[in-house]
Amino acid sequence: MDKVIIADNLSLAYSNDETIINKVKFSIDSGSFVFITGASGSGKSTLLKSLYGALKPKEGSLIVGGVELKGVSSSKLNFLRKHVGIVFQDYKLVKEWTIEKNIMLPLIINGYEKSVTQNQVDSLLKHVRLKHQAGKYPLELSGGEQQRVAMARALAHNPILILADEPTGNLDDYSSQLIWNLLEGANSQLKTTVIVVTHHIPESMNIDYKHFHIEYGSIHEVI
Amino acid sequence: MKSFKNHFSLVIALLGILFSLQVFFIVDRAVLAYKENLAKHYSLVLVSQKTLVSEEILKLDKNFSELLELSPDSVIKELNSGFSQKNIELLKLTLPKFYKLKLRIYPSPKELADISQKLLKNSSIGKVETFSKTHDTTYKLLLLFKTVITVFAATLLIVTILLIFKELRIWQFKHSERMSIMGLFGAPVWLRSAVLFRLAIVDALIATLLSFLLFSYISTNDLVLAQFESIGIEVTLFNTIEDSLIMLGVSMVVSILLATFIVLGHKEEV
Ligand SMILES: Nc1ncnc2c1ncn2[C@@H]1O[C@H](COP(=O)(O)OP(=O)(O)O)[C@@H](O)[C@H]1O
Ligand SMILES: [Mg+2]
Repeated sequence: MDKVIIADNLSLAYSNDETIINKVKFSIDSGSFVFITGASGSGKSTLLKSLYGALKPKEGSLIVGGVELKGVSSSKLNFLRKHVGIVFQDYKLVKEWTIEKNIMLPLIINGYEKSVTQNQVDSLLKHVRLKHQAGKYPLELSGGEQQRVAMARALAHNPILILADEPTGNLDDYSSQLIWNLLEGANSQLKTTVIVVTHHIPESMNIDYKHFHIEYGSIHEVI
Repeated sequence: MKSFKNHFSLVIALLGILFSLQVFFIVDRAVLAYKENLAKHYSLVLVSQKTLVSEEILKLDKNFSELLELSPDSVIKELNSGFSQKNIELLKLTLPKFYKLKLRIYPSPKELADISQKLLKNSSIGKVETFSKTHDTTYKLLLLFKTVITVFAATLLIVTILLIFKELRIWQFKHSERMSIMGLFGAPVWLRSAVLFRLAIVDALIATLLSFLLFSYISTNDLVLAQFESIGIEVTLFNTIEDSLIMLGVSMVVSILLATFIVLGHKEEV
């Protein structure tokens, strides 16, 4: 099976501070659904940041979608990011843009045609149940609604990999359920690899998944 | 309303710069025009024992424009009657000759001293009257006027630049967020900064247009024109094509420079 992520002897640290992830080795199969758990401050977000190239490996090798992230050039990193969809815990929506424009962002970056873009955005808005809010600005929505917008944005360009950092962190049940359904759907229908950092693995998962746990700077699979 | 606020601060800052710049230009032109005006009405008086050859005197300095012989009649009239016509003719021969020397420029006191020196080197010229006392006062007033306006415009310029530096941090913060997010989805640098540059260019155009309207209005305003007329000078307050192009150039350069600062100063957060 194809590997979408291969980490070998990987260490992560912020500037010259202490090592947060220490010489770990793991790989993730293409098309799998992965949960990452761990205590608060254990390095879950740090690992995720390294997967989209915001934090470069301090040591070892990290290959994502065939791109070696150690010493990666910015053009190669941009190329990789065009095929990744990220959901952040703090949403990271562009405040001065409407919901619609926010969802459009990956499509614009990937150079989609206008007509395709509009259709795709309309269908995504329906999926996240925000059709009626299309023209609003992020700060006019509730937290749950904002996270659904972020979810739609992460799905917009049919990425090969979705990375989500506590996407249901402090959301209402309705929004949480909607987000889990969308992540499952992307994985089962589009074969998108999904990696989710979370505190609780939802009980109602309908698909097979893998579970990694981070502790004391190392990662092990929970079976 | 939202987009108005986006543009407001940079447009105001650019307007401040364009306004003070144009004021510099106007003062410069006014002083130049006033000097020309003074030069037109100013002349030296030379007293010479011999007849002076106009070409030779004018050759001495490129700023000498005209040498006119003053008729001695007026001098003689002062001495008044009691002289026979014959005696008067005789007197005319013995009287020194008076000349009026016109200049192309209105000289500074130092230039005036140099000119006197040059003229006195000619052995036949016995005296050069420069009317230096009145000359000095007028010249100093002119300089004072120029200094006051320049200081005023420079202060405005400095305040504007300080305002821009203060705003720069806010702009940096505002645009940083969007640029980071775009970067996380793989947007190349040119695309991340496109919004910023578009904003900068639009603001430069707005500022240019506004100051164009402002100075077009000022330069045709009767009250302002009357002011300049009362000093007796004619000044181009606003040179429609040339000055607008300078304004456009300056505001474009300033705002694109600011946008570049923001792009270069942008760091991806971890
Ligand atoms: N930007 C940063 N700079 C320096 N240290 C950081 C930064 N972000 C997180 N850390 C530190 O890294 C460790 C792991 O943080 P994080 O990966 O956010 O944990 P979590 O598992 O809760 O997501 C913590 O000790 C945190 O203080
Ligand atoms: Mg975290």
